[in-house]
Amino acid sequence: MSQSNRIAGGQIDRSKTLRFHFDGLPYLGHPGDTLASALLANGVRLMGRSFKYHRPRGPISAGSEEPNALVELRAGARQEPNTRATVAELFDGLTAQSQNRWPSLKFDALAINDRFNSFFTAGFYYKTFMWPASFWEKVYEPIIRRAAGLGSLSKLEDPDTYDKGFLHCDILIIGAGPSGPSAALTAGRAGARVILADEDFRMGGRLNAETFALGDQSGADWATAAVAELSTMPNVRLLNRTTVVGAFDHGIYGAVERVSDHLPEPEAGKPRQTFWRIYSKRAILAGGATERPIAFENNDRPGIMLAGSLRAYANRWGVAVGDRAAIFTNNDDGLRTAVDLQAKGVDVVAVIDSREGGDLLSGIRHLRGAEVIDSDGRLGLSAITVRQANGKTETLKVNALGVSGGWNPNVNITSHHRSRPIWREDIAAFVPGSGEIANLLVAGAAGGTLSTHGALVTGDEMARLALDSLGLTAKAANLPKAEDAPVRITPMWYVEGSSRAWIDPQNDVTVKDIKLAHQENFTSVEHLKRYTTLGMATDQGKTGNVLGLAVMAGLTGKTIPETGTTIYRPPYTPVALGALGGRGRGREFKPFRLTPSHKWAEEQGAVFVEVGYWMRTQWVPKAAETEWRQSVDREVLATRKSVGICDVTTLGKIDIQGTDAGAFLDKVYANTFSTLAVGKCRYGLMLREDGMVFDDGTTARMGQHEYVMTTTTANAVTVFRHLEFCRQVLWPDMDVQLISTTEAWAQFSVAGPNARKLLQKVVDQDISDAAFPYMGAGNITVGGLRARLFRISFSGELAYEIAVPTRYGDAMIRKLMEAGAEFDAVVYGTEALGVMRIEKGHVAGNELNGTSTALNMGLGKMVSRKKDSIGMLLSQREGMTQADGLRLVGVKPVNPADALKAGSHFLKTGAAATAQNDDGWLTSLVYSPHLGHYIALGYLKNGTDRIGETMRAVNLLAGTDTPVEIVSPHFIDPEGERLRA
Amino acid sequence: MRYSGFRILKEALTGHKGWTPQWRDPAPQASYDYIIVGGGGHGLATAYYLAKEFKQARIAVLEKGYLGGGNVGRNTTIIRSNYLLDGNEPFYEFSLKLWEGLEQDFNYNAMVSQRGIINLIHTDAARDAATRRGNAMIMNGADAELLTKEQVKVLYPFLNFDNNRFPIKGALMQRRGGTVRHDAVAWGYARGADSHGVDLIQNCEVTGMRIENGKILGVETSKGFIGAKKVGVAVAGSSSKVMAHAGMRLPMESHVLQAFVSEGLKPVIDGVMTFGAGHFYVSQSDKGGLVFGGDIDGYNSYAQRGNLPVIEDVIEGGMALMPMIGRARLLRAWGGIMDMSMDGSPIIDKTHIDGLYFNGGWCYGGFKATPASGWCFAHLLAKDEPHVTAKAYRFDRFLKGLMIDEKGQGAQPNLH
Amino acid sequence: MIINHPILGPRDAQEFVYLGDASLIHRPDGMTASIETFHDYTYLRDNPAGLHRELWYHEQGDRSWLVVTRNTVTHEITSVELARDVARAEGRSK
Repeated sequence: MSQSNRIAGGQIDRSKTLRFHFDGLPYLGHPGDTLASALLANGVRLMGRSFKYHRPRGPISAGSEEPNALVELRAGARQEPNTRATVAELFDGLTAQSQNRWPSLKFDALAINDRFNSFFTAGFYYKTFMWPASFWEKVYEPIIRRAAGLGSLSKLEDPDTYDKGFLHCDILIIGAGPSGPSAALTAGRAGARVILADEDFRMGGRLNAETFALGDQSGADWATAAVAELSTMPNVRLLNRTTVVGAFDHGIYGAVERVSDHLPEPEAGKPRQTFWRIYSKRAILAGGATERPIAFENNDRPGIMLAGSLRAYANRWGVAVGDRAAIFTNNDDGLRTAVDLQAKGVDVVAVIDSREGGDLLSGIRHLRGAEVIDSDGRLGLSAITVRQANGKTETLKVNALGVSGGWNPNVNITSHHRSRPIWREDIAAFVPGSGEIANLLVAGAAGGTLSTHGALVTGDEMARLALDSLGLTAKAANLPKAEDAPVRITPMWYVEGSSRAWIDPQNDVTVKDIKLAHQENFTSVEHLKRYTTLGMATDQGKTGNVLGLAVMAGLTGKTIPETGTTIYRPPYTPVALGALGGRGRGREFKPFRLTPSHKWAEEQGAVFVEVGYWMRTQWVPKAAETEWRQSVDREVLATRKSVGICDVTTLGKIDIQGTDAGAFLDKVYANTFSTLAVGKCRYGLMLREDGMVFDDGTTARMGQHEYVMTTTTANAVTVFRHLEFCRQVLWPDMDVQLISTTEAWAQFSVAGPNARKLLQKVVDQDISDAAFPYMGAGNITVGGLRARLFRISFSGELAYEIAVPTRYGDAMIRKLMEAGAEFDAVVYGTEALGVMRIEKGHVAGNELNGTSTALNMGLGKMVSRKKDSIGMLLSQREGMTQADGLRLVGVKPVNPADALKAGSHFLKTGAAATAQNDDGWLTSLVYSPHLGHYIALGYLKNGTDRIGETMRAVNLLAGTDTPVEIVSPHFIDPEGERLRA
Repeated sequence: MRYSGFRILKEALTGHKGWTPQWRDPAPQASYDYIIVGGGGHGLATAYYLAKEFKQARIAVLEKGYLGGGNVGRNTTIIRSNYLLDGNEPFYEFSLKLWEGLEQDFNYNAMVSQRGIINLIHTDAARDAATRRGNAMIMNGADAELLTKEQVKVLYPFLNFDNNRFPIKGALMQRRGGTVRHDAVAWGYARGADSHGVDLIQNCEVTGMRIENGKILGVETSKGFIGAKKVGVAVAGSSSKVMAHAGMRLPMESHVLQAFVSEGLKPVIDGVMTFGAGHFYVSQSDKGGLVFGGDIDGYNSYAQRGNLPVIEDVIEGGMALMPMIGRARLLRAWGGIMDMSMDGSPIIDKTHIDGLYFNGGWCYGGFKATPASGWCFAHLLAKDEPHVTAKAYRFDRFLKGLMIDEKGQGAQPNLH
Repeated sequence: MIINHPILGPRDAQEFVYLGDASLIHRPDGMTASIETFHDYTYLRDNPAGLHRELWYHEQGDRSWLVVTRNTVTHEITSVELARDVARAEGRSK
């Protein structure tokens, strides 16, 4: 329980102690710790296992670039796999367990893979597991899949909520090290609307990890003061725990704020995380730099980490990773770690500096021209082997080794638009290409300016540039004095050796793998990545990519810029899927649209069905009815016998007005509407430009220049869009205006022999057959309330559709039912509607499938060739007018007791079930309570000429093969006498 | 070099010194009998089958970047033959059968894995459509099953069955559907083609076509003019750009399709699943990442990257379907350029220019089509007549009104 | 993406629905055109890598059809016009 490796100093609150568990063992830490810093403070270096060889892994970093120290954080439904311990903020009661090991972290059975590493080289899988052929899927792959992956999902529904939000600003500043706050102060003081976002819970970036002074303050204190000043500015929004994860078009950035991840669970009503879409006029990337290692044999043991991270643990968290440390560096920054560690009382055994000549550190054994060539230690570092300039090798007992191969500017976001970074020889690193993302500027280390002074200056400069371009005036800056050391680096990428030197420690990609890729001609960087999996781990190669590239460059004899670089893709760091999903889950996935009679129907115990976003009444069961068919049959029979009512509000309704309204309809409908008499309706057929049927519905002429169109429920939106296109783009001078009134009118179908009697009780006008004949339409009133009445029928019965303003829809259904009581009126749902339309032979969704012509539907004569209309010409193409093409037919079982299945295909008697013999399919099927058997519609090749033929409806999925007779699609009242009654 | 168990053992014991390059990097010759433009999956497969099955020689593949760098290297790795229409289903079933024998054929483990694909059903009308489709598949020699909700529950108990905006009512299953390690497909074909003498020329962009008297004589490239008797173009999203060199306008648009992978996870999803109500499909790779995608962004683009609305829409779909993935993390999002045709189906056809052939318009379906696309294009190039399964993939089908429109969306590429 | 609507100012592209190439403005007359001409209009596209004039519809807004000039390689938008104005200027009437 003791924090054996805790040393003095750091930005942790020692006045409070936090308890936590890792792999079931209890530990203590302090507020300000990460899980990694707290475990290291407790002397725990082993935190994970690598992907392929299951080698022991400890953290190599102190930040979000961490590839190794991945754990399953929390438990139960909140279990988070692959959580980087280096950024997981410690809280009281935290639990975490190691992953990708069995049975335990210290003894992992699959570490046997490491013994067979000579087999598991890059590309191994592609060359093997092929013999015998059947074994890949049956034997090899299942074993590989079982071993795959890192952490586990709980398989339980995520109990937390996630929010999404939109933010707007003049200047988005990404990163709050020295350059970010410097830019934010300049921009904020000038009055710009600023957002400063940083992934860390504590702003300050590297300043928190360094011992530099800024003016007369420590770096951390300067950052604290800067943040304090910024927090007083109403025009500045500070977002800590917020990672800007991607740069999208036109100044839009995605960012994830970890609102509650530092708490045991979110506070009531608070989300776990918020995904922000940030709209910025200008952005400044101030994302700093990431250190990279030098590869040498067995450089992957816990205790070996990036030198700057070793320093960060000491300075920021008061943790000595080991009591005997060494440093391996090719640049001056590595020396800082040695100095800082020694100042903290750590025994710095040696600094192994690959550069020859130059000054030596005082008071520390500083070996120039030396290399670390190997390490030892089963579950953590215990010793390193050093080869000095004179060739002499020496073993040093150390339990911490800091490695610095230089610093890579975090160019990541600048390549999200696929521009490639450019190589800068003087700092041996890639820096952003210029100007590829519009209005994105780069400051500080992210742009290759690696000194603190440079960061402050470039932050201020970029803010000035941004302000200037926005027409804002910057005030004089007052930058503190800060270190301004030059970058002194002699590139050195890996130490040649015969064993394995890791480049990507999570995916176990070693120098050997890169050599093999080169040997097999996978030399393009993309091939290298894909063949070896370099950079494809959860860190996306933040520490390893440049190193791997440099090794390949060395092998091919090309320079690094000639060798190229792979492109970083969003997100910058992995983002919880929950955050990107936001609130759109479960029942909230898409909106519900409710019909005006929904409340009433609910009261009646109606069963509802999803129709697009609408919920429609499917049927309304009565108490005694146990099977859905009983309800539907009753609704159909009652309607045909007396009267039934159906809410048809979901049909699209479009008011079309203007002196050219009739001419306009002639353009968009295949048939003619300009000749329609005022006060009458007509069935309209609308084609797409490619000649296929787009939509159908009735359109009424309410006045000389006034029409009301109805569309199908499914196409209400797309038809309206199409009409607007025709009106604005194709015929811009037509005097025609459109408005969608789908939601303005509650519309009910009243159908059946008693429909008129019922309605006459409700409406104020005479609607006798003489006054309101078949296909009549008009404005009427219902108890003085304006309403619309259309005498149209989908069911084949005497029928009307009556529309009242939507807010009266609930009252209307109640009034209709009350008036209908004496006729035993029923409400019928979509099932009964479907039965009646099929009995009548009307096409609907399953026939209006986007690949059917008017000819296919038996409506070919409706396409007028006397006028130009959308789709008229292309509907005449030879492939669409074949005499033996598909035609709409009716279908009934030869044996009335046989059931049928929609989607069955038509085959001739005796024909084998092959595609060549396929004559069409059965589109829609219902049970007709009148006829006492199933009836169906279908598309059949040359169907019109095959009425009376006996065929088979075959459903191979269910193994059924049913004799059917092809009949006319009009099963009831083919002469239409009922309609005109 | 042939890969074998013995070779693996020998190399492991001798430090892997004996592995040779999987393909050469030859300089282009002055002329070839066949030039295939495009070193992606389809172009490499075409060259491979042209050499191996159709016994042709003097073949080059010209690739403007690196082999396998197009859509074969940036897709969601799904294979299936669950198409509806007669113009498509025989072709995709032919492709699936080629997938089934591919690894033995080209001696490269592309990890063809037939763990099954299900298309979820949410409405009665969707079940009718699935029934029609399933029957069409079986009648074309493919396999199909209609699963009940309970059967889906056994396979994927963690789906959101009970609190879903669009309830799951069943699924259409094709057990022979699955996934393939996409990069390995490109490499396997490249290695196979190279071993049959095909010159694979990388970093060689076609910048023009030399056409005289209605006949193609060769192509201008970044490495100079290369003569050819026949030129086959298989460049997917770049189709319009390349065919413009021949003065042709195509019935297609280029659109960006984004795809996504999560961090590596222990196995949770065995097969492939599509969620039609939410524009989401997903599988889990052999490495453990959830590989998923949804709709195209919807606007013409050559940028190989997309925007947030579609990213959020796709992941909303995923969360609606499987609320247990909320704590998994998105690792990487990328984009590929789709050659979206006017009816959602491809073209494998001669052009009006003698010796110039075209293969494109694959929309989302290009990866699963790779073997058959290569085979059929090679057939057309070698014999000047279409393969029996690709007869419908003609340019003139739009003029004749013989569109192959699986979705019924008409002449609007971004809806297919 | 952000589309700078000529009447409403900058709006997120998510409010819009995309149709395609602005060549769709030039619909031939079905009474006089040949099927070939109509085929070219309906099915063939330049599909350029670079500047592209294209039709967008402000569905979650004022229902304007717009002609947006956008670079298909960079996604940069250089002009946004009301499609009705463009159509009239290019000779469309009734």
